[in-house]
Amino acid sequence: MNRHSIYEPENAKILNIREQTEKEKLFEIELESGEPLDHDPGQFVELSIAGVGEAPISITSSPTKEGASFELCVRAVGNVTNALHNLKINDEVGIRGPFGTGFDVEEFKGRDVLFIGGGLGLAPLRSLINYVIDRRDEFGKTAILYGCREPCEILYEDELDQWDEMTNMDLHQTVDRCPEGVCWEGNIGVITTLIPHVDFDPDTTIAAVCGPPIMYRFVMEELKNRNLPDEQVFLSLERRMKCGVGKCGHCQIDGLYTCQEGPVFNYADVKDVEEAL
Amino acid sequence: MISKEDFEAFVERLVKEDHREVVGVQEKGDKFVFDELKAAKDLRLDYDVTILPPKKYFMPQRETLVKYKVKDGHKAVNEITPRIILGIHPYDLEAIRQMDKVFSDTYEDKNYLKKREASVLVGVNIENVSEWCFAGSMGTSTIEEHYDLMLTDIGDKYAIEIGSEKGFELLDEADVMEASEDDISAVKKKKEGVKEKFEKKLDLPPEELPILLERSYGNTDFWKEHSEKCYSCGSCNLVCPTCYCFDVKDFNELTLDEGERIRQWDGCLLEEFAIVAGDENFRENRYQRYRHRFMRKGRYIHDRFGDIACVGCGRCGSHCVPDIADPTEIYNDLKEVTK
Ligand SMILES: Cc1cc2nc3c(=O)[nH]c(=O)nc-3n(C[C@H](O)[C@H](O)[C@H](O)COP(=O)(O)OP(=O)(O)OC[C@H]3O[C@@H](n4cnc5c(N)ncnc54)[C@H](O)[C@@H]3O)c2cc1C
Ligand code: SF4
Ligand code: SF4
Ligand code: FES
Repeated sequence: MNRHSIYEPENAKILNIREQTEKEKLFEIELESGEPLDHDPGQFVELSIAGVGEAPISITSSPTKEGASFELCVRAVGNVTNALHNLKINDEVGIRGPFGTGFDVEEFKGRDVLFIGGGLGLAPLRSLINYVIDRRDEFGKTAILYGCREPCEILYEDELDQWDEMTNMDLHQTVDRCPEGVCWEGNIGVITTLIPHVDFDPDTTIAAVCGPPIMYRFVMEELKNRNLPDEQVFLSLERRMKCGVGKCGHCQIDGLYTCQEGPVFNYADVKDVEEAL
Repeated sequence: MISKEDFEAFVERLVKEDHREVVGVQEKGDKFVFDELKAAKDLRLDYDVTILPPKKYFMPQRETLVKYKVKDGHKAVNEITPRIILGIHPYDLEAIRQMDKVFSDTYEDKNYLKKREASVLVGVNIENVSEWCFAGSMGTSTIEEHYDLMLTDIGDKYAIEIGSEKGFELLDEADVMEASEDDISAVKKKKEGVKEKFEKKLDLPPEELPILLERSYGNTDFWKEHSEKCYSCGSCNLVCPTCYCFDVKDFNELTLDEGERIRQWDGCLLEEFAIVAGDENFRENRYQRYRHRFMRKGRYIHDRFGDIACVGCGRCGSHCVPDIADPTEIYNDLKEVTK
């Protein structure tokens, strides 16, 4: 980043918007410079809307995606995210980044990969899932476990179907509950109930886990029961962020900066850090 | 060396003729502050401690980072006033050295660094010690580098040590004379003497703080007990020369099509500091926030940058209404219970 200031966003344009659910939209964005972001799976950007502010958002597209644009999947929860939802194709936003430490793809190469995503956690995971798909022969068997609260919250429905059809890729889905009258033929139950259904070898498998804070504790316990070593689990954590560049102090987990050493951490490095999980 | 008379004339000339803003320590009520100097006679180099550290000149309480026009996007802003800052105590110079490191690490923060570059730091050795200060225990009661000029009061004159090219150039306009052997030993005596003047002391060498803090992280009872009376007011953060956390906010003009993004000081003792989506607060209890400040000063920053991020100025202790923020009390007690 050779901008005048680490706080100055670069102008970028919204190329496309796809509605995902009632609350989430997928934005395709390209920098004004026409350059690709050049990110690692799991990294994030600071998305800026002039007059409203900034929000850290994971890059949901893989760096292997064709073209210079990238994608953000955003849930409307507050000021910035709602303002973004009100924008239209061709509108401008500001982008800083990519920031943080993403998934170390070298660690994943040659291994079987287990993806575990809860809710919006599928957004950062998708950057890695598509990376693995685009370089399929560099990785072993893969399985995706994906859980939402209700069927109406499911993201990337078309893509899930495609993933499901791929050979060498196992997709398991679940919802916490299914309201009456909604059609759902899959599993019902929290995401941990899927883990016993997957067959994986703890020696050759590496897991990438993303979801709400509460999910981690239960998922880790379940993975432990299956003898997956802590060093073979990577997870992405969320904290409040005001700068993305290791200065403002907001994202600290005890002594770690989520925006620098994270958001993706190796489980072994954070399991004993009290503020982490 | 410079006689006090000539020094005052020199400062007066700077105030009148130098294009830079001249800032110095002055009286305000019964306290001292860094503020713009209007006349050399207002400068008080015999002060004990200032309310706020000089950090405010490099990282103002509120500053604009970016201006935007909704139609044209964002433009970085850095409002720099070149300054000569007179009368910085060694512990505050040490804090500036640490902040320089923080703001140049990995991502250079030009808003801070350019303001630093545009300033000349004139230090002064401590004449009078504040009752809360424990710089003697932190090794920050004197400093041998990281200033442009350093003054020591030795009776009717000031000894001047030159720390940089910038300092040397500033002296161009001053009537200085060569120091004698006697002057040099007087300065040495002064510097050694100050170490003995502090009433507040740490009962352990500061190098032991990181390990002591690591061991006592889980002593929840200790942290709960000490933080019981904390109001979460954040004053201990605001007055600290090594606290640099900030918040960022957008402010629009009334027309709504342009405005600015500003940063302002924030504090980890404030309750909202670590709240995220779904209102989950990762440091929701008072004791956790209180503990975080000490962990950060004595351990986290040390692990990252190699410095103990407390310079012993004592400002936090003196500004805490329920009187629970004095680091010597905490660290000494901690040593007691962690035997
Ligand atoms: C590394 C990282 C990656 C993220 N990736 C995504 C993503 O891919 N998609 C997505 O929709 N969201 C993502 N988030 C969450 C997103 O940043 C917040 O939802 C967003 O900052 C809220 O901003 P706002 O202005 O819309 O809400 P505000 O008006 O600021 O606040 C609304 C609510 O969100 C809380 N909040 C404020 N800042 C944050 C924050 N940084 N993180 C979490 N909660 C916050 C507030 O306390 C409040 O409860 C990510 C967060 C992080 C740290
Ligand atoms: S100054 Fe005292 S009361 Fe205020 S936040 Fe700090 S410790 Fe708590
Ligand atoms: S923690 Fe307190 S004594 Fe230490 S540098 Fe900060 S204000 Fe000064
Ligand atoms: S977001 Fe500011 S330090 Fe990490």
